[in-house]
Amino acid sequence: MSKLIRMDHTGHSTVAEWTPGDPAAVEAAVTAFRAELDRGYLAMVSAGPGQAEQVRELPVDADLVILRLPLAGG
Amino acid sequence: MAAVEVLPEVEALYWRTRVDAARLRHQGRLWTLIAVFHVVPFLGAAALLMAVQPLALPVALACVAHAWVIPELYAQRGANVLRPRGRQPDAASEQRSVGLLGDLVGHDARELHARTGLVLEPGRLGTWLVGEAGAVLLHGRRGRAYCYCIKVDANHPGAGELPSGDRIAHLLLALRSDEQGFATVANLSFSGARWRLRRRMRAEMRPALDAAIFRFDSGSSTAN
Repeated sequence: MSKLIRMDHTGHSTVAEWTPGDPAAVEAAVTAFRAELDRGYLAMVSAGPGQAEQVRELPVDADLVILRLPLAGG
Repeated sequence: MAAVEVLPEVEALYWRTRVDAARLRHQGRLWTLIAVFHVVPFLGAAALLMAVQPLALPVALACVAHAWVIPELYAQRGANVLRPRGRQPDAASEQRSVGLLGDLVGHDARELHARTGLVLEPGRLGTWLVGEAGAVLLHGRRGRAYCYCIKVDANHPGAGELPSGDRIAHLLLALRSDEQGFATVANLSFSGARWRLRRRMRAEMRPALDAAIFRFDSGSSTAN
């Protein structure tokens, strides 16, 4: 089961869950993913130890997609 | 997968030179020069005063104090980037955020975070220590410390309510996706000898810097 989670005040919230073989769940996850990007979130997936990638389309095969907020210099 | 190689936050800072090893060396030299220009005149004035009029000892001591305090203030500014920020959320949110952070890092980093509140992250530029609102990079032959202030954009709704684990995870994910971009977006608060930084850090955080120094010095990082 793949997950799309958003880091927020609760620690994190699960925005969508899907399995690649379930087109309806994938479609719902894609819709939720785009909605979060429209809200200003950035999507990240792990790309191996110490590596991460930002994605603009939902990687359906990824186990975990994390939504983060933009950063700014302090 | 439509991956993006450069941090999108960099685009808004088009005037900034992208940070690389050469840029870091340049910034390090600049910070050394600044320190010298702050210290030498005061020490020179103290020496001159004592040579001309030994009764001016109190003024000469004040000059020496200035020469000592100013670099210390800079180092304190550097240490401040690792201090915890924001309000303390409830314990459940905190635990949940730390759990997610723990999933992103290895066992050693997880254990270090539990003790110090900081995450050690090896990178291409050097060894990083990541906190809630900033990060320290050890880079160069001597492992000079570069203290960066960077945090979740406060203009975004909800940014101020993130638990500490999430704040660190935000920085860690950005760092892992584009290390140079991360250092470009961040504001450099201090650069100097790591012992100067260590002295100004909270006691409970010093083991994290010690671990980073050990990692850096043992060559497990691909620094320089």
